[in-house]
Amino acid sequence: MGNRFQEVMARRGEIMRRALGMDYSRFERSPIAFDYEGMMAAHGYSLDDIVAIQRRAGVGDTPLLELRNLTDLVRSVSEPGKGARIFVKDEAANLAGAFKDRRASVSIHVAKEKGYEGVIAATSGNYGAAVASQAARNSLKCIICQETFDSRHVGQPEILEKGRICEAYGAEVVQMTVGPELFFHMLELLDQTGYFAASLYSPYGVGGIETLGLEIARQMTELTGAPPTHVVVTHAGGGNTTGTARGLKRAGATQTQVVSASVDLSGLHMASDNDFNRKSFTTGHTGFGVPFATWPDRADVPRNAARPLRYLDRYLTVTQGEVFYVTEALVKLEGLERGPAGNTAMAAAVSLARELPREATVVVQETEYTGAGKHHWSQLNFARQMGVEVRAGDPKDNVPGKVIVIPEGIEQVRAKDFDVARMRRSYVRNALRNAPAGYVPSDDDIVFLAEDTNTDPATMERLVAEVRAELGEG
Amino acid sequence: MGTEQTGEVRDVSDAKATRARAGDWVEVECVLLEPADRSPNLPPDTAAKPLMMWVKGFALGEAALGEEVTIETMTGRRVTGRLSAVNPGYTITYGDPIPELVHVGRDLRARLAAWRAAQGAAGDAPAGGEG
Repeated sequence: MGNRFQEVMARRGEIMRRALGMDYSRFERSPIAFDYEGMMAAHGYSLDDIVAIQRRAGVGDTPLLELRNLTDLVRSVSEPGKGARIFVKDEAANLAGAFKDRRASVSIHVAKEKGYEGVIAATSGNYGAAVASQAARNSLKCIICQETFDSRHVGQPEILEKGRICEAYGAEVVQMTVGPELFFHMLELLDQTGYFAASLYSPYGVGGIETLGLEIARQMTELTGAPPTHVVVTHAGGGNTTGTARGLKRAGATQTQVVSASVDLSGLHMASDNDFNRKSFTTGHTGFGVPFATWPDRADVPRNAARPLRYLDRYLTVTQGEVFYVTEALVKLEGLERGPAGNTAMAAAVSLARELPREATVVVQETEYTGAGKHHWSQLNFARQMGVEVRAGDPKDNVPGKVIVIPEGIEQVRAKDFDVARMRRSYVRNALRNAPAGYVPSDDDIVFLAEDTNTDPATMERLVAEVRAELGEG
Repeated sequence: MGTEQTGEVRDVSDAKATRARAGDWVEVECVLLEPADRSPNLPPDTAAKPLMMWVKGFALGEAALGEEVTIETMTGRRVTGRLSAVNPGYTITYGDPIPELVHVGRDLRARLAAWRAAQGAAGDAPAGGEG
């Protein structure tokens, strides 16, 4: 037998072209630059069209709630005049319980329109439930590929719950052990079935999130008379940040600061069999957040529609213990029992609101459903079973994979700023490394790189020169 | 043939069937890639293990746990693998309360009430009183 992995991976381009129903090559401008806005508009749907698709799908138009108790709790530990108002967009109210329904609803609509018999997605997260639910409504077959178990066949309870809910919606769930070859098997299944690839990173998926930014701008204007000063986004692959920020801009909320937030899982290797079950978050963490922001085109599509460096103004990290603590606070103070992964931005917002003036408005832009497996208690009980120490104390003593420290007071919830300038530099290094050896970036490439990192061409020109010198190409 | 889902080994001597008949809802286990055939970019702990896969469907024949059987999945695909569970269930739970969290609600409500009382005495309006 030849090497099945290499054979399938060599046919990647051909398989994905048919499965995505879209030719990405027409957007390419050079080995570095491509027409991002052209790609995002290629589906031909207006924002109103997407709103209409989502209404039919039972998705969107979720409540936006002011969290008065949490706001006062933050004010109780803030300096005088500080402590912004905190709001939350209750995305758990979507059909399958998360903002991922917005992504899935558009992808599945497209799959149905294009006449595919079924859809396939590779995801261990809420996106699987969203795709399975929308596939059921559209009478499409559905396969969800999950990275579920370590080599001892022990599964993270959150992922096992996602598998359960996908099967509840009638999907076939293909569960695998740890490894990036999840993508290889998804390709095999796409090849075998001829189904549509419902990628998280297609323009359909990311375009579907723009309605979330739009709704936040409108609902905040109704509630407070203006769009929010800050929106905090739980950040993993970057689609949530990208789509929400694009929607805010399209609604005219150009002054709103977009703050991404991830759980700090530094030091844990995402493809490690040993580390796999030593993390209590399966998404919304730096293990996805940093590599995808600094090289979006590592995704399962030729060009990733999720390009968060274009949009984020700040990137905050919080610890697992801080998120679990804030999740418990949210249940007890606001009557909102929601999943911890979706509360990552909530923990960051508690810290952010404390440093902002009282007049500022902070919107946490998602929640997710919870339940056995996804619940913060399940996660902490599982962490203990896996040998991770759980204790009360100061979150600064947190060590991903070894110690989860639950804060002893709300004043101990302090997000950290991740260096966005460093991420930009890392992105430029990746862009240059992925171009052919010796390729000299053109003026058009500089403009593209500046846009793709939310900076200006003059700054980018200097940065490119520095990075080329580092790579020995200067 | 382990089907444990939360770190506890399932007791196969319980009421769970150890044989599948045609038409039963079952799970099969397959090796997708042997270690030598895996991606070249893996950390050593992962590279040393095969890539395994499990999927559920309706058995197309009889088999005992560990024996090879072909199933038809929910999408109608046929997959052949070793029988790993008959009528596989879900054992995920909330588990016990977390001692480090059980008092959080009580403490934060008390803190909030005390702060609001102090603010009221000072004539400031807490967020709880705003529009």
